[in-house]
Amino acid sequence: MQSFVALFRKELRSYFGSPLVYLVTAAFLAYTGYYFHSDLVYFITFGFGLNIMENFWQILFIDIRLVLIFAIPLLTMRLLAEERRLGTLELLLTYPLGDRAIVAAKLGACLVVIGALLAGTLVYPAWVYHVQPFSLEPLIAAYLGLVLFSLVCASYGLFVSSLTDSQVLAGFLTALPLLLLWLLSWNEAATAAGTLPLVRAISLFNHFQPFSVGLVELRDVFYFAFTAGFFIWATLRVLESRQWRGRR
Amino acid sequence: MISVDHLTKYYGTHCAVDDVSFTIGRGEVAALLGPNGSGKTTLMRVLTGYFPPTAGRVCIDGEDVAEQPAAARRRIGYLPEQVSLYPELTVRRYLAFVAEVKGLGGRARRAAVAGAIERCGLLEVADRLAGKLSKGYRQRVGLAQALVGDADVLVLDEPTVGLDPMQTVEMRTLLRTLAGRTMLLSTHILTEASALCSRIVILSRGRLVAIDTPEGLARRLAGVARLLVRVDGPADGVAAELATLPGVVRVERGAPDGLAGTAFALSARDPEPAQRALGAAVVARGWTLLEVRASAPSLEDLFVQLVGPAGDGAGEPRG
Repeated sequence: MQSFVALFRKELRSYFGSPLVYLVTAAFLAYTGYYFHSDLVYFITFGFGLNIMENFWQILFIDIRLVLIFAIPLLTMRLLAEERRLGTLELLLTYPLGDRAIVAAKLGACLVVIGALLAGTLVYPAWVYHVQPFSLEPLIAAYLGLVLFSLVCASYGLFVSSLTDSQVLAGFLTALPLLLLWLLSWNEAATAAGTLPLVRAISLFNHFQPFSVGLVELRDVFYFAFTAGFFIWATLRVLESRQWRGRR
Repeated sequence: MISVDHLTKYYGTHCAVDDVSFTIGRGEVAALLGPNGSGKTTLMRVLTGYFPPTAGRVCIDGEDVAEQPAAARRRIGYLPEQVSLYPELTVRRYLAFVAEVKGLGGRARRAAVAGAIERCGLLEVADRLAGKLSKGYRQRVGLAQALVGDADVLVLDEPTVGLDPMQTVEMRTLLRTLAGRTMLLSTHILTEASALCSRIVILSRGRLVAIDTPEGLARRLAGVARLLVRVDGPADGVAAELATLPGVVRVERGAPDGLAGTAFALSARDPEPAQRALGAAVVARGWTLLEVRASAPSLEDLFVQLVGPAGDGAGEPRG
């Protein structure tokens, strides 16, 4: 446990010791702030009097998720790829520290950073609440959705980062499939009828959308938890592969 | 104590370490000697629990590395061949991180870090970023992280490789101050192994070739000599002729170097008959003998002695 805490703290130190986190945070808050402003103006202009959850918050949360798709790969790409490139992974794997503790510390530190980004967006609902109080429960559901969505993205990013020693490649290979998975059910009319159920079942959008209107459905929670669990499992297998693969 | 029992490690179908057994007693300093590709690094990685053996077992102070990796790893300090540090951490912070990972907290951690910094002569760079250090200092930080946590067993993979002569001397001096711990260090330099260690384990192509004291190896080497010869004549013909000289077990041809004639290195168990016969043999064929020089026995000669004239790949760097 102490070893885990040591690595977790070192990871956080590495994050906050590099300029990347500050740049990502600045860009994330700038983009989500812009979306907040533009979605609010849209709602006031065209949707006043309509359901605020469906016509404002849903749009905002789906926009925040888009920014996350680009922000998270920038945070996960270095996790294992950099250790591989530097060669520090070999030493790390010979310390009294299990593979699971390594994966947990790295993913945990990354989630703390993402959590900080999401906490930054709380200022938007706080400001709206200050102007006009509203029911908070649907928003809690929406934030739960964002956290679960981030967990999937981060564990997928960690997995990709474990496969290569190139951070750039890891970043690209994380962002592009996530975007594709999101857009999969964008145009359902363009999907063959036979494959539509499958597309719906794996589409990130279809599982996130209910959260954004305040609905927590067990199958969506299960989808996110299962997907994240799968990528964490796969990352552990990649680390383990040193046992049967070549020298590195 | 390190005990290696019938250790075998395969990478796919390539056998990197083949049925190796040896024991290193508590407080003993031993060297793992062999050319590149002989399995030294693989063996060390198994010792440190980086990956498990394909067959056989390794125990550190009685703890099986594969079965109780955490307990065994806690007893080991490992210096990998390529010392890699986190460039964004200072030396002090990095060592504190290592101490914490190894289970030290609070005062014990601070004491361990301060001790390692002092022991390895890192005081003046302790607050510098690890990414900005020279190779010599990086190597010392590598050693310091192995020492943190008071590991009883040190596994050092080529601790002097890539250092300049001055740094090499300093590193060897530093290693001598660590006497009292069980130490296994790998090297491909025979003199280094002899100077630092009380026992030498020799590997060739993954197999154990010999375990002996430096004195024992010196005795075995006493009869081996290396003659450097330069002859002006057809290279193939000269090589064939040299191989027929009495006592010669191996002839290596030097690369063309722009000088007159071709250089050859002869290995012989007893050099004297070959030396005596050499001049006559060359003159009789009408060639010109340009140079004859005896050189100190090297690792190659030792391998000739141990694994025979076929050489068994000794001295051929692989991987």
